[in-house]
Amino acid sequence: MWGTQDYSVLFFYLFCYTKEVNIKDVENLAELAKLELSAEEKKELLSDLEGILDYVKQIGEVKVEDIKLDYTLHNVWREDVLEQREFSTERIREQFPDSQDGFVKVKKIL
Amino acid sequence: MIDVKNLTIEKAGAMMQKGELTSVGLVSACLKNIEEKNKELNVFLEVFADALEQAKRADVLIKSGKGTKLTGIPMAIKDNILITGRKVSSASKMLENYVASYDAFIIKKLKSEGVVFIGRTNMDEFAMGSSTENSAYGPTKNPNDPSRVPGGSSGGSAAAVFSGMALGALGSDTGGSIRQPASFCGLVGMKPTYGAVSRSGLTAMSSSLDQIGPFAKTSEDAEIIFKAIVGKDKMDSTSLSLADYKSSPVRKIIGVPRDFLAKGVDPEVLKNFEESLAKLKRAGYLTKDIVMPYLKYSLPVYYIIMPAEVSTNLSRLDGVRYGLRNEGQNIFDMFKKSRSAGFGRETRRRMILGAYVLSHGYYDAYYNKAWQVRRAIIKEYQNTFKDVDFVMTPTVPTTAFKFGEKKDPLQMYLGDIFTVSANLAGLPAISIPSGVSVAGLPFGLEFTAPPYADASLFAIQKDLQ
Repeated sequence: MWGTQDYSVLFFYLFCYTKEVNIKDVENLAELAKLELSAEEKKELLSDLEGILDYVKQIGEVKVEDIKLDYTLHNVWREDVLEQREFSTERIREQFPDSQDGFVKVKKIL
Repeated sequence: MIDVKNLTIEKAGAMMQKGELTSVGLVSACLKNIEEKNKELNVFLEVFADALEQAKRADVLIKSGKGTKLTGIPMAIKDNILITGRKVSSASKMLENYVASYDAFIIKKLKSEGVVFIGRTNMDEFAMGSSTENSAYGPTKNPNDPSRVPGGSSGGSAAAVFSGMALGALGSDTGGSIRQPASFCGLVGMKPTYGAVSRSGLTAMSSSLDQIGPFAKTSEDAEIIFKAIVGKDKMDSTSLSLADYKSSPVRKIIGVPRDFLAKGVDPEVLKNFEESLAKLKRAGYLTKDIVMPYLKYSLPVYYIIMPAEVSTNLSRLDGVRYGLRNEGQNIFDMFKKSRSAGFGRETRRRMILGAYVLSHGYYDAYYNKAWQVRRAIIKEYQNTFKDVDFVMTPTVPTTAFKFGEKKDPLQMYLGDIFTVSANLAGLPAISIPSGVSVAGLPFGLEFTAPPYADASLFAIQKDLQ
């Protein structure tokens, strides 16, 4: 019988014996992060990632059976009423890289 | 001329109250030091043109009898803390011309005390780094030895206080970014309990770890700043009031995690650590060897959770509403062009790493596992603090290193081994100077206390004399 714990052990060993990242992964990640990378930087990043992941994956060996994953942070709501804000619309608008009639302007999306 | 380099906030405040010193005089002396040394050390990204105007207003406040311990004191502010109407760039090209539209909660508090903001200090871009070498505006140099780094990411704030350009400074600490530069520059640097100081108005790096704190020459000075910035803020849902929590009376028992110090620590640093420990014993502290098996996993846990949060937080910087925009063929191309031009190497590296550990298929093995181990570390601290009042280690395994010495990112990260655990567990921690090496480089000692016991950390330094 396999429990989730056993799968994570299996997962961990798979990690240790397979090369985790390749240049294609770096390209996909760059796409997710909305970054353009030069061929040289891709190669450098790949080598950095390999080094860093090789180091951080040691947490796979830590036994934490009795620890449930509970995220203690929770949303803190306020009443939906209009409150005086100290930041002015003008100051925010001044930061727009491009605008028209007080609206932020971008190239068409669709 | 006033010797700012050897003047404390405590002393300067008292002198101003007695009329022996004016804020204008004090700020002028700092400005003179800036003029003489900033070019070489690259401490400030901007020196505020109205600093003397602020000082004049502070002098009026002092004369009216309404001054506090901080009125008229020139402080340097890390370039990721918002002051209305002033530029705040996080030392990035992305936010080079960004002007804050509101005051950080703590800035409002300091303004009400009449603090003089003298300028915004250099840092690693978006607070990511341990040397200021990742600043888009060139590194800050260590005033003790300009061939060496001042530490990071709040390196500019540390260098400003050490070289008499300000009497105190604010930094932010996500994995040691106050304590490590304090150690490298020979200052006191403190990271409060998570939530003790509001993060509203701090440019977010890693939200479950970030905390603002003070730099000063002495613990007394650091405490004055700390008391001024601490407090619950409804704009930060994680903020809390320290007054609501009782911490147990300090019994002065120091725990030393021996196995954690066994390897990777510079022999000179270790020797200083042992000598300091002996001093504290003579001063009446009890010491106890402790075993914390999970502690060594702090660093890998940190370098999973932090980049994950970085990649999320920095996704807001897309060139639409503020910050750098480089137009592209369509809006997605614009995001890419803007972000690629705006972010430096280390920032890109961490965003990519963050995207990786959060991606489908790896999420459980990295991010979720890291959170489980983080919980284990918190539990381990809770158990440890049943027996001891402080956990003591060196702040950093080495003294300040040379520029370019740590080219491999992992080598740089390993220097954070003693500082990241306090952030992961949300605990207050302080770095206190403990003398200098043969080469004249400062050592630092780190003390970590139970949650809400922030005040106990300021009392240790006097026993180290």
